[in-house]
Amino acid sequence: MNCKNIIKELSNYLEDALDQPLKSSIEHHLEGCEDCRIVVDTTKHTVQIFCNSEPAPLPEETRARLRDALFKHLSHIRSQPKA
Amino acid sequence: MSSSKVNPQPRTPLPSTVVKDDEGSLVAAAKGGDITAFETLVGRYERKIFRLAQNITQNKEDAEDVMQEAFLKSYQHLDEFQGNSRFYTWLVRIAVNQALMKLRKRRPNQISLDEDVDTGEDTIPREVEDWGPSPEDRYEQSELGDILNTTIAELEPPFRIVFQLRDIEELSTEETAEALGLSIPAVKSRLLRARLKLRQKLNKYFKRSENS
Repeated sequence: MNCKNIIKELSNYLEDALDQPLKSSIEHHLEGCEDCRIVVDTTKHTVQIFCNSEPAPLPEETRARLRDALFKHLSHIRSQPKA
Repeated sequence: MSSSKVNPQPRTPLPSTVVKDDEGSLVAAAKGGDITAFETLVGRYERKIFRLAQNITQNKEDAEDVMQEAFLKSYQHLDEFQGNSRFYTWLVRIAVNQALMKLRKRRPNQISLDEDVDTGEDTIPREVEDWGPSPEDRYEQSELGDILNTTIAELEPPFRIVFQLRDIEELSTEETAEALGLSIPAVKSRLLRARLKLRQKLNKYFKRSENS
């Protein structure tokens, strides 16, 4: 296992999608390679920060236009006779 | 190196932050004509769908159009939703299609998701600096939101969209590949490169040496 292979398997490692021997081999490398350990930790953190980020509230006028469009559409559908 | 993998997990180690347990019953009720149930689904997902559309199109007006069209289409075609996937995943796929159409219309010669992209040369991290345990806590919520929006906007569309679907909307690799018409290896290589690029871009905000 070398640093290049760590990068190659990084996503599979973060997603816990590797078999135990390969996972152990990566963890053994990480114990002795601070640069790789930092890259793994900070990449994992990057994914977590984005994954956990809450979207901003919708601007009120945007929400109002969405409600208006839905209301018009749903009213139109309800006014159609069922086939 | 031989790649020996077990069956891939559909997600990162984090649990789903998106889908709640009552989604199925709300969808069933909406299918049966309960408009309030559909409005509950809209209220639950409108912010996420708007962010998704904005991250793909990078344009507020387009994002608003995409969000409206996605919800209207999902209601129109609710009878076709078979429940083989989560409703949210289905809704995301509708929104992605709408957003890609907008993007291609706006920049017809620039957006090609299925072209070969170089995913190999610049994946080796250049700056390796520790961030400490919770670097995001150094920022206010709105400030952190701005940082994330800025960094993801800097990614080229093929990487930005794959990252958006896999790591923000929590689609599986297979669902992402299907939604974008890409092969599974293409999704994986773009996701890896997107993650590494974002890590690199966040480094200037989060590295321990300048901020702690």
